[in-house]
Amino acid sequence: MKIDLFITCLNDALFPRTGEATVALLERLGHEVRFNPGQTCCGQMHFNTGYQKEALPIIRRFVDTFRDAEVVVAPSGSCVAMVRDLYVRAAEWAEDAKLMRDVQALAPKVFELSEFLVTQLGLHDVGAYYPHHVTYHPTCHAMRMLKVGDAPLSLLKNVRGLTLTELPSADQCCGFGGTFSVKNADTSVAMLADKVANVMTTKAEVCTAGDNSCLMHIGGGLSRLRSGTRTLHLAEILASTEQRVFA
Amino acid sequence: MSRGGIRPEQTFRLAAHETLQNSQMRRNLRSATTAIREKRLRSIAELPNWQELRVEGAALKDEALAALPELLLQLEANVQKAGGHVHWARDAAEARKVVADLAESHAAKEVIKVKSIATDEIELNGGLEERGIAVVETDLAELIVQLSNDRPSHILVPAIHRNRAEVRELFIRTLGADLPTDEPAVLADAARTFLREKFLSAKVAVSGANFAIAETGAVCVFESEGNGRMCVTLPEVLITVMGIEKILARWQDISTFLRLLPRSSTAERMNPYTSFWTGVCANDGPREFHLVLLDAGRTDVLADKVGRQALRCIRCSACLNVCPVYERAGGHAYGSVYPGPIGAILTPQLLDMHDANANTLPFASTLCGACFDACPVRIDIPEVLIYLRGKTRKPAIESMGMRAMAWAMADPGHFGLAMKLARIGQGPLVHDGVIRWLPGMLGGWTSARDMPAVPRTSFREWWKNWEAHGREG
Repeated sequence: MKIDLFITCLNDALFPRTGEATVALLERLGHEVRFNPGQTCCGQMHFNTGYQKEALPIIRRFVDTFRDAEVVVAPSGSCVAMVRDLYVRAAEWAEDAKLMRDVQALAPKVFELSEFLVTQLGLHDVGAYYPHHVTYHPTCHAMRMLKVGDAPLSLLKNVRGLTLTELPSADQCCGFGGTFSVKNADTSVAMLADKVANVMTTKAEVCTAGDNSCLMHIGGGLSRLRSGTRTLHLAEILASTEQRVFA
Repeated sequence: MSRGGIRPEQTFRLAAHETLQNSQMRRNLRSATTAIREKRLRSIAELPNWQELRVEGAALKDEALAALPELLLQLEANVQKAGGHVHWARDAAEARKVVADLAESHAAKEVIKVKSIATDEIELNGGLEERGIAVVETDLAELIVQLSNDRPSHILVPAIHRNRAEVRELFIRTLGADLPTDEPAVLADAARTFLREKFLSAKVAVSGANFAIAETGAVCVFESEGNGRMCVTLPEVLITVMGIEKILARWQDISTFLRLLPRSSTAERMNPYTSFWTGVCANDGPREFHLVLLDAGRTDVLADKVGRQALRCIRCSACLNVCPVYERAGGHAYGSVYPGPIGAILTPQLLDMHDANANTLPFASTLCGACFDACPVRIDIPEVLIYLRGKTRKPAIESMGMRAMAWAMADPGHFGLAMKLARIGQGPLVHDGVIRWLPGMLGGWTSARDMPAVPRTSFREWWKNWEAHGREG
């Protein structure tokens, strides 16, 4: 399958290794990965912070960039939820009929990585090897908007060498919420405190998730506390093999 | 008096900064919301058609809201036909005046009240007290809030932020009760002793309404303690203050909400007391019934095609109980009698998006979506939050930053340049690969979290290099 990678702006700038891992994983599974350098961002930060007018050119760029793609895969539940669920709202609120048509044509072809592997490729075992103790945080948009369900967990359970410990109160938001983390930093940190406490009870060395935004938040807290637990994107675990283990 | 109203005295950020430090409240809220969350999930799991019921509930409310003018006139006619009186109140002040005038005309020195958020919204207690009429809240939690001169912090459980030990201390101090322990039965007994006398002596009662049926003129209250049943049956005069959005078209519509509301609010299959009344009856119940129909911003909300779904709300409070922000910051941080996710979309809209403090409420959410999943009438709260954020005025420095980011995202060349600039600019801030201090608004992040440094190579640079070298390694 020819897969167009949407790397997302956050991964592009701050977590390039998640992108490398996504490419390595999909190629190992026998697919051709393409990266259209015209892409930038899905526009979620602007849209969700109330800058809907400013988000429109970014949304239109996304739509134009991926118009001809067979399938678009992104290592982020949140950005995919923006495209699949909120682009129609953006078009509706802007009363832009052309954008609405474009969005409705494109949205069903856009997938979050773990749901793509499980629901589109029918895979639960991607042949990964990762010899570490891991806990998994289901991110809100992947869980509630995309309804990826157990897809990430079923992939993790089939990784050789990996010890998985269930995260208590896993379905509780980590408190990131995009600009919420800055605008309402105190409340955000109060939520993070509980998430970090739950991660620590698992005694895992790695906390993983399908979104680097949430992981940047959880990891930012774990790092500040010198907790000794690190965060790593699910793609990097799934891309790891006996030949090459991602950090 | 218990203070009410919907105008926050400060921004959510500042209010939450204070409430988050109240460890007693944090503990009380955590244990209460965790318990009710689990109970609700068990309760709705008993109904195989729960999702269909939610769709039905939303459709019935939408239908009623779309026909609101006709249905309200129909309700008025049917209430009058059954011997009741109907008053129309454009705003809170008009509603307070109607109720106070009525109480005064019956020479009432004291009125008893059923828990009602609409009357808290219009600050009725204060309005009556200004006119020399004492108010007694008869719902246990509302009584606790009133006796402690506090504000309600939850739609269903106004004193959810208090625990038993605090209530015992309050009752000893204010009711002069002799309370050996803080067992719930002991506390309830103290309240009952105090309230029984009030129920039997009051001439005027004030209630809210959960629903009103246009085709019959019936009004109803769902409650748990039986205080409501006494208020709507014992006194001579009953005054009901009802937001105009509470209306349903048909009698049969109530069956859907009889299933949706109790399971969503108290997580019970059925609430203990559901009282319906239609006007007045000869030889039974109140001699006089007055229905006050309250607008107070609701028709403006109805005019907004995205925001109007907030008017479907049946005040179950399921969204509060599942909200991680509410659980930490507590109801008082919202500064309105409508706290939590529903309050964050209702309060600013009822104030026509003109109140600067209320306009910070739509930002009091991570958009995690738990509220939408829990809502029995499928209000897409995250959608409305995002939409309302778009209608607020933003801080100038934030707007500049966001416009700069929009410029960067508008073109990959700009984006590449922005990444290069960030890499250079972060230089002095990076220690051991992380940033522990950021200036200005961004300092909110580094107050408790490290930030990863921008790495030397972006993904797109890696890709370009990787492709140039034949996609190897």
